[in-house]
Amino acid sequence: MGFPPVSHLVLATGCSLVLIGFYGMLTHRNILRIIIGFSLIDTGIHMILVATGYITGGTAPIIDEALSLDAAATRSVDPIPSALVVTAIVIGLSVTAIMLAYAIRLYETKQTLSLDAFTESKW
Amino acid sequence: MIRRGFIILALVLFGLVFARLIGAYQEQSVLRPLAEHYVTQGPRELGAANVITGILITYRGFDTLGEVAVLFMVAAGLGLLLRRDGDGPSVSANTPLRPASELVVTGTEVLLPLIFVFGAYVIMHGHLSAGGGFQGGAIVASAVLLLLVTQPLTRLRLDLLSITESFAGVLFVCIGLLGLILAGGFLDSRFLPQGQLGAFFSAGAIPIISILLGIKVGAELSVIIDRFRR
Repeated sequence: MGFPPVSHLVLATGCSLVLIGFYGMLTHRNILRIIIGFSLIDTGIHMILVATGYITGGTAPIIDEALSLDAAATRSVDPIPSALVVTAIVIGLSVTAIMLAYAIRLYETKQTLSLDAFTESKW
Repeated sequence: MIRRGFIILALVLFGLVFARLIGAYQEQSVLRPLAEHYVTQGPRELGAANVITGILITYRGFDTLGEVAVLFMVAAGLGLLLRRDGDGPSVSANTPLRPASELVVTGTEVLLPLIFVFGAYVIMHGHLSAGGGFQGGAIVASAVLLLLVTQPLTRLRLDLLSITESFAGVLFVCIGLLGLILAGGFLDSRFLPQGQLGAFFSAGAIPIISILLGIKVGAELSVIIDRFRR
């Protein structure tokens, strides 16, 4: 059995990160750890997205000495997932920042970050 | 215990889904038609050597504008969420701060200008090599973060940052409108001469939009970092 292709490795790593983040979000009761779990899921999804854009033997889609204009169609990776991931990273940062701000506010009201203290909206 | 069982069940099911996905995935050996169009026609149409910057700033420029708007909303929302109440305890006011060690202070003095220059380089060369407005803006903001870590009492000129950021945003939209009037559509960068592919002054309006984007992202991220310091 040969070495698995690189995009499969990146896909597997991304999926593992998503699973680890999911596990962290479900098992921990501390809000900060839940946010960290969310960030892990976010990073895993970025890796999966980038991995799907890989073309066998491809290089970065930047035209220079290493990649001529004529060779670009066959030797460059798919630029669309990369461009989308730039967007996704910024949105992930925004969501994380808002979550951290809410965590700060929650800590100010109860002096704790444990989910068990916030029972008002529990059914 | 039952809860834990459910969690493990959910994880195993997710793991199965992922395993099936990875197992069935075939690595692409040719570009999809849209990607092939971007890679082959993008540099010819826009004159940008970096195809990804061309996509981000021209083909999906409207998307990028919306994204910058999201960042702005986050900065504004954080200001609302984290505003200091009159009687709220302020960490920095009550506990005396231990000064940062000499190593950290000197390191900051040496590194800070270098990081700013590198950020500016990444922003300006977005159309030629890996980089662009978002990435460079994030590097500039990381320099601001370093400054705030070593000298927590530094006051950022938030008013100046907001004005800079608003001006960059307004100019961004104005350039978009120029594209609408002089070229093919909103945020079309082809109303300036295309120049030689790979030269510093090339790719129409892409470098200008990239610089505005970098200024805006850098200022917004600095404001976001500053909001968390209470």
